[in-house]
Amino acid sequence: MNLAIINFGSGNLHSVHKAFESVSSDLSNPYNIIVTNDPKEIQSADKIVLPGVGAFGDCKNAILNIEGLHASLEVSVIKNKVPFMGICVGMQLLADLSYEFGTHSGFGWIPGEVRRITSPKEYKIPHMGWNEIAFSDHKLFDNCEQGSDFYFVHSFYFQNQKNEHSIATTKYPDQITAAVCKENICGTQFHPEKSHINGKKIIHNFLEWKP
Amino acid sequence: MLKKRIIPCLDVDNGRVVKGVNFIDLVDAGDPVEQAIIYNAEGADELCFLDITASSDNRDTLLEVVKKTAENCFIPLTVGGGVRNLDDISRLLHFGADKVSINTAAVDNIDLVAEAANKYGSSTIVIAVDAKETAENQWKVFTHGGRKETNIDVVTYCNEVAKLGAGEILLTSMDRDGTKSGFDNKLLKAVTSKVNVPVIASGGVGNLSHLLDGILEGEASALLAASIFHFGEYSIGEVKRYLADNNIPVRI
Repeated sequence: MNLAIINFGSGNLHSVHKAFESVSSDLSNPYNIIVTNDPKEIQSADKIVLPGVGAFGDCKNAILNIEGLHASLEVSVIKNKVPFMGICVGMQLLADLSYEFGTHSGFGWIPGEVRRITSPKEYKIPHMGWNEIAFSDHKLFDNCEQGSDFYFVHSFYFQNQKNEHSIATTKYPDQITAAVCKENICGTQFHPEKSHINGKKIIHNFLEWKP
Repeated sequence: MLKKRIIPCLDVDNGRVVKGVNFIDLVDAGDPVEQAIIYNAEGADELCFLDITASSDNRDTLLEVVKKTAENCFIPLTVGGGVRNLDDISRLLHFGADKVSINTAAVDNIDLVAEAANKYGSSTIVIAVDAKETAENQWKVFTHGGRKETNIDVVTYCNEVAKLGAGEILLTSMDRDGTKSGFDNKLLKAVTSKVNVPVIASGGVGNLSHLLDGILEGEASALLAASIFHFGEYSIGEVKRYLADNNIPVRI
C-alpha cells in the first residue's frame, strides 16, 4: 500500500512525513510512504495526505503551478474515491472559497468558506496552542477521548455549509470547525503530526480508515 | 479552552545544551536530543532550540540535532539563533523545525518579517526580542545575543512585527535572564496588553510561583524556561500540576 504526502513546498512537510512514518511502522502492514508531487505517483497511491502551512492563496497557487498535480488529485480523490486527508491549510483548501488576503477559490470538495476568526481582544490571533475538541462518532476519532487536546495554529477557519460535514469542533471562544469529513475526504484544522499521542491516534485511524 | 503552553528551551552550543547567566558563563547541561525526548515524554507543549554557536562551521551540528529531534518528538519545535535570511529558514524547516525564530536579522531588516511570513506562513515565524529596561517602564531592543543596544522601543517593535505577520513573539528580559528572580512581568504586560499575537515569556524563572506570575501578571500565552528543567529542579509534570491547582488551563 502506498501513501502519498503531497509536496508543493509547504514548510512542515518533514514533520508530517516523520509522524506518518512513525505511526505506519507500528502497523502489521506498514505503508510505503512517499513524499511527491508527481501526478503518476499520486494516482497510484492508496491514500493521500495534503499538508499545508501558509496563506490559502499561496498554497493554492503552488499546487496549480505544478503541472498535472491538481488534475491528478481530482482523479484520485473525486473519481476513484481514494481516502484523502488535508491538514490545516490542506483542509481549508477543500472549501469553495477563502477570504484570506483577498478572495480565492478552493477545491470545492466540501461546501463552505474559509473566514477570519473574529474574537474579543483578549483572544490572541493566531489561535495557537493546545485546545480541546468535541467530536462526533467517526472512525478518525477511534480510541480518542472527548475533550482531549490537539495542537492548533491558524487565523482562519472553515465554516461548513452543512453541519454534517463538521465532525469535530473546538472553541476560541466561538465554536470553530476542528475536523471535516465527506465520504472519502477528511481534514483536520489541528496538526495531528504535532499533537503528540492524540495526534498519532488520528494518523493511525486515518491509515486504518476504509470509507 | 486554549491551554497555556510550557516550553523548555535548550540553548545549544556546538551540539551541547548550555545555560548561561545574563547571556554569559555557559555551563554544560547535556545532549539536546536526549533532553528533547525526555521533555516530550514528560508532556512539554513545545520545544525550543536556540543555537548560540558563534561559528558557522557548527551550524551543521545543529541541523543534525534538529533532524534527530523531529524524528522522535511529535510536538512543535521552534529553532532560532543565527537565522539571517529566507534560505536559513528553509534549511531549518527542511530538517524538521516547525517554527523558526528570528532575532537580530529582523531588527536589521524589518522587511524580512513580512517576506518570511508571506513565504512560510505566520504560524512558522517567531520573532525573538531581547529586551532590557533602560529607564523606568521603558525597554529597548538589544541585538547580537544581547551585546548591542538599539534605540528601538520594545512595545513599538513588537506591534510592528505582529502587523508584518509574525505569528508570535518570544520576549526575553535580559535583566532577568538566568537570575532566577522571576519574569519581568511589567515588560510582559506592557507588550501583551498592546500586541495581538501570542507572547512567550522568557528569562528569569527560578520557581513555580514565577511561572504563575508570568500568566497572571504578565498575561503571557506561553512560558519558556531553561535551567529549572535542565538541572532537574522541577519536572514539566510538576509545573503543570502546580498551574492546574492554581486554575490555569494546561494540557496534562
